[in-house]
Amino acid sequence: MTKTDSFSLKFNDGWKYDPAPESIDHISIAEQYGLFINGEFVNSEGSKYFKTINPSNGDTLSKISEANKKDVDKAVDAAKAAFKSWSKMDPSDRAKYIFRIARMIQERAREFAVIESLDGGKPIRESRDIDIPLAAAHFFYYAGWADKLEYAFPGKNTKPIGVAAQIIPWNFPLLMAAWKIAPALACGNTVVLKPAETTPLTALKLAEIIKDSGLPKGVVNIVTGAGKTGSYLVEHPDVDKIAFTGSTEVGKLIRRATAETNKKLTLELGGKAANIIFEDAPIDQAIEGIINGIFFNQGHVCCAGSRLLVQESVLDEVSKKLKARLESLIVGDPLDKNTDVGAINSEAQLEKINSYIQVGKKEGLEMFQSNSKVPSKGFFCKPTLFFNVAQSSRLAKEEIFGPVLAIQSFRTVDEAIEKANNTPYGLSAGVWTDKGSKAFNMSSKLKAGVIWANTYNKFDPTSPFGGYKESGFGREGGVHGLKEYLILENQEG
Amino acid sequence: MDFKNTPNIDQQGLIERANRFKSRSIKKEAKLSGLKLALSMIDLTTLEGKDTKEKVKQLCMKAVHPDLELNVPSVAAVCVYPSLVSTAKKALKGSGVKVASVATAFPSGQSDQKLKVEETKYAVNEGADEIDMVISRGKFLEGEYNYVFDEIAMIKEACGKARLKVILETGELGTPDQIRKASDIALYAGGDFIKTSTGKISQAATMPISLLMLEAIRDFYYKTGEMRAMKPAGGISDAKTALHYLVMLNETLGDQWMSNQWFRFGASRLANDLLMQLKKQQSGFYQSADYFSKD
Repeated sequence: MTKTDSFSLKFNDGWKYDPAPESIDHISIAEQYGLFINGEFVNSEGSKYFKTINPSNGDTLSKISEANKKDVDKAVDAAKAAFKSWSKMDPSDRAKYIFRIARMIQERAREFAVIESLDGGKPIRESRDIDIPLAAAHFFYYAGWADKLEYAFPGKNTKPIGVAAQIIPWNFPLLMAAWKIAPALACGNTVVLKPAETTPLTALKLAEIIKDSGLPKGVVNIVTGAGKTGSYLVEHPDVDKIAFTGSTEVGKLIRRATAETNKKLTLELGGKAANIIFEDAPIDQAIEGIINGIFFNQGHVCCAGSRLLVQESVLDEVSKKLKARLESLIVGDPLDKNTDVGAINSEAQLEKINSYIQVGKKEGLEMFQSNSKVPSKGFFCKPTLFFNVAQSSRLAKEEIFGPVLAIQSFRTVDEAIEKANNTPYGLSAGVWTDKGSKAFNMSSKLKAGVIWANTYNKFDPTSPFGGYKESGFGREGGVHGLKEYLILENQEG
Repeated sequence: MDFKNTPNIDQQGLIERANRFKSRSIKKEAKLSGLKLALSMIDLTTLEGKDTKEKVKQLCMKAVHPDLELNVPSVAAVCVYPSLVSTAKKALKGSGVKVASVATAFPSGQSDQKLKVEETKYAVNEGADEIDMVISRGKFLEGEYNYVFDEIAMIKEACGKARLKVILETGELGTPDQIRKASDIALYAGGDFIKTSTGKISQAATMPISLLMLEAIRDFYYKTGEMRAMKPAGGISDAKTALHYLVMLNETLGDQWMSNQWFRFGASRLANDLLMQLKKQQSGFYQSADYFSKD
């Protein structure tokens, strides 16, 4: 036992905060939702419904239409028809609609934040301060590009692609919808969007905004459903472009399904990012970066810093401080303003996470969870640390997509790079050092699409995001994000 | 101890963390107990050239009974110049409220070490329970860390049983890295408290700087097992800010530090805002500032 192990802080019997729940009086969720096709909410042809629930207590929030093949055909037809005029509209007029959608999201930000937390389980602090403002910011950002595309790609003629099929995940429902819809519209494409089956509500609320904004009918269509609905969309012959964010497994299926077609494809898939702490790092700030890296959104983040690589000389200090920090993380009701870690998105996901915790236990790894209380109802998982994780451990290799951190150590810069890159994924990484030269050296050698230095999980519409290897291809955000929705042709000179 | 190698601080990360404490929502019972705790942590302070015995006596009355109608605790201490210590001591007799005195050529610290020691002894002999010293910022910025260290140790010795608060005057030290270094020097030299500011220059206590000082106290505790106290001073004038500081203390150092033995607010205006909030919690209405004594 080293000396630093003997004295510890206590966080159990002190000043406790009373519940501070965000009010839900001001929101309205319909009992049942149809599909948003050609500017109208319509009933599904199949009249099949599935429930969307509140993962923090299991209550049903609404019944959602399961779009069948006929519904998807209708949606794609509407998008195809709308493309004719939308793609030819004066770009500055297209921008006006996108700006209007951005402003309307801002106006209804509180409502969106509450619904996002109700439907998805994420803490209201995150949906209020991050998801919704960032979603609006993406619409604002791409609205600005709509009439400046020729400046984004000098020497090129820019042409929209056509009908974009966009399939988004459940971890950032509205934000992912914004990431997908905003650049597609700015470039003159039309859209059929399929939100995830566990979190369709904010996309359907976005449909209300789109309707109210006066966007021409059929430019954006939203169809709800599970994997089957998604596959109808992917296989539809009139779809010109597919943008998918989700698991690597499904990403591979889509790539197979689109082989030998002319469909353009971007995939944003899983990750197993290394968050690398050097001994000269600002340790206390690094601790925050580690916490934010893995426990942000319950770890349901494709770029989560799920592998912690700590230089051996500071491993004891970092471990001790991380454990203490876990004690003051508040796990519980997503709608409580003081909640740091909310509910796991679904029962299936909770089972998956728990099975990985069992794997860690079976491997005989040292595990740490805080003393914080977790609600008995609903899907919750305590923030979990595993120490001394070997590179060969499943916890270091596979994406868990939950609040579980695999902690490893390294001795040299080369070892850190080798371990960080030793994964089929390549979405993101974090580097913590006081030395700028070291940070730049690392960033050129790490095979990851996004690398943060002395921070983690920072997002901005101007910054491109995307992966290497099995984390996918294509970029979203920034100028790079425009390219994925355009056909670029050389200007005749 | 090599003070050239104190931990690195990333300023952006520090500010971001400090801001997170502000997003905690403190309601109902937690608010009530937080307001009372904050009141009990105040070092009610008057440090003016025009201070008189009568002024100090009035302040002492306020310190013991912040409000005669509300069921509220006394503040922690009254902080005065050395010449007024005996007045305060008499006025506070039997109340449990401590007498704190500034010393060591407060606020600049620009004097001879012997005189600083003498001044400290004088204040202690007059009855001071606590001494608020200032570090020699000039020497610190010259890189004379051992001089600063030795001086603190010297004053600590002169304090005898009195507890020593070491004012870093963080607004004059420049960067978070420097403030961390000064904090470590003060802690290892024997300071019982580390304190942000004199209140005499414009940049007084801020949450990020107080956070890094709390982290220095935590690291010192981890290394030695000894608890040390913290005192942000200056600029904390409303209840909301005080609650933010308590959240920061609660989540950085934990249960053991949540008392006026280990945390103080150096403030003169804060008490009345806390009282106003406490009265509002009791009655449901805000009362005019005229209902609270200005001492």
